[in-house]
Amino acid sequence: MNVTIVDYKSGNISSVINSFKEVAQNKIKIDVTSDVSKIKSTDKVVLPGQGSFKSCVDALQSINGLVDCLNDFVMNKKKPLLGICVGLQMFADVGYEELETKGLGWIPGKVTKIDNQNGKYKLPHIGWNQINLVKKSKIFKDIKDKSHMYFVHSYEFVPTDKSSISATTEYSSKHVCAVEKENIFGTQFHPEKSDKTGLKIINNFINL
Amino acid sequence: MLKNRIIPCLDVKNGRVVKGINFVDLKDAGDPVEQAKIYSDGGADEICFLDITASNENRDTIYEVVEKTSKKCFVPLTVGGGVRSVDDINKLLNCGADKVSINTAAVENSKVVADSSKKFGSQCIVVAIDAKKNGDKWEVFTHGGRNNSGIDALEYAKKMEDSGAGELLVTSMDRDGTQVGYDIELMSKISSKVNIPLIASGGVGNLDHLVEGIKSGKASAVLAASIFHYGKYSVKEAKQYLESKGIPVRT
Repeated sequence: MNVTIVDYKSGNISSVINSFKEVAQNKIKIDVTSDVSKIKSTDKVVLPGQGSFKSCVDALQSINGLVDCLNDFVMNKKKPLLGICVGLQMFADVGYEELETKGLGWIPGKVTKIDNQNGKYKLPHIGWNQINLVKKSKIFKDIKDKSHMYFVHSYEFVPTDKSSISATTEYSSKHVCAVEKENIFGTQFHPEKSDKTGLKIINNFINL
Repeated sequence: MLKNRIIPCLDVKNGRVVKGINFVDLKDAGDPVEQAKIYSDGGADEICFLDITASNENRDTIYEVVEKTSKKCFVPLTVGGGVRSVDDINKLLNCGADKVSINTAAVENSKVVADSSKKFGSQCIVVAIDAKKNGDKWEVFTHGGRNNSGIDALEYAKKMEDSGAGELLVTSMDRDGTQVGYDIELMSKISSKVNIPLIASGGVGNLDHLVEGIKSGKASAVLAASIFHYGKYSVKEAKQYLESKGIPVRT
């Protein structure tokens, strides 16, 4: 089996690569590429994302055929994909960071700035926060409710269809921190930086 | 609920950890990769490497340290010291750093902060402020505490937030290495002035100092070096103590 981490030159993906290689050891091949032909034939895709919603979408689109390839992978082939941080946010129809920007539209909803209640809450939301598991999700197998995960973000994904929400966290208000919709998985937090619990989530995804 | 973070800081020189007392008088305290791993296994919420004399020396050792550490540690890793340019930041991130802290370069040219936060996202840009009290204000020092820029630390903190810093790492030069506690006044004044998280640094000698840093200093995270390095307290003990004082921590 092959797991492919999409390297679309947006932000730092070293930690994502290191964590997947740590979990996979040498049993599962972890590829890191933006080569569309390789992504097409892989079994699972990881879509990381750092920086702004707009910069990530722009970077995806700058690689010829990549968005079409991901759409086909997810919507037609129905193969598993894990989005991390802005990788998850891009599932939305639209994001409002910098400029209104169209997302991939895989899970209806929008990405807006966390309400910091006039400065009462610092942004970015940085650090370890507990997640509330709100539905059974394959990537949360053996993960306890209220586990701590590492977050760093100022924007949140607000899906229209609440049934895709698999976990929430509380900061200023309750917001979505993980989604699962059929073969599409996403975490707002960083499993690659969330110590042993995070590695377990990565392991669950690899072993889907 | 978001937890307050405990961040052990490893001062690194030529690929080895050293202890800093007022930024001079250095002692060897071991291998950074092993230490970082011990800390992350022991519950450290993040690890911080400061390449303290990097401005003057060959930087290649730190890249190697970061590369090796990031393959073993799966908590966030912040690296600073001698970071001059967007290119330096890029290199550190590629080696596996999750955040990069910028000190002197940010004072000299805030565009480095603006450009790098735009390029890599503000989540990975930490501005380190070394501040020293002068009368009723604090001034920002550069070059590992050697040069006084004369810039007011509070105004500078606000400017760095506006430039795109994701966090501020504030070190009191007066307290660093003294073990008498954080400069609480400095921390709380800066924290109240900005809307980004503040990491308090400089002066920790016991666990009550960590409590003060969070409760009175309004820090989101507390950074400490020597109390952890020489086994005075473990990160676990620190967390238990904070929890007993009503501070939310990851356990």
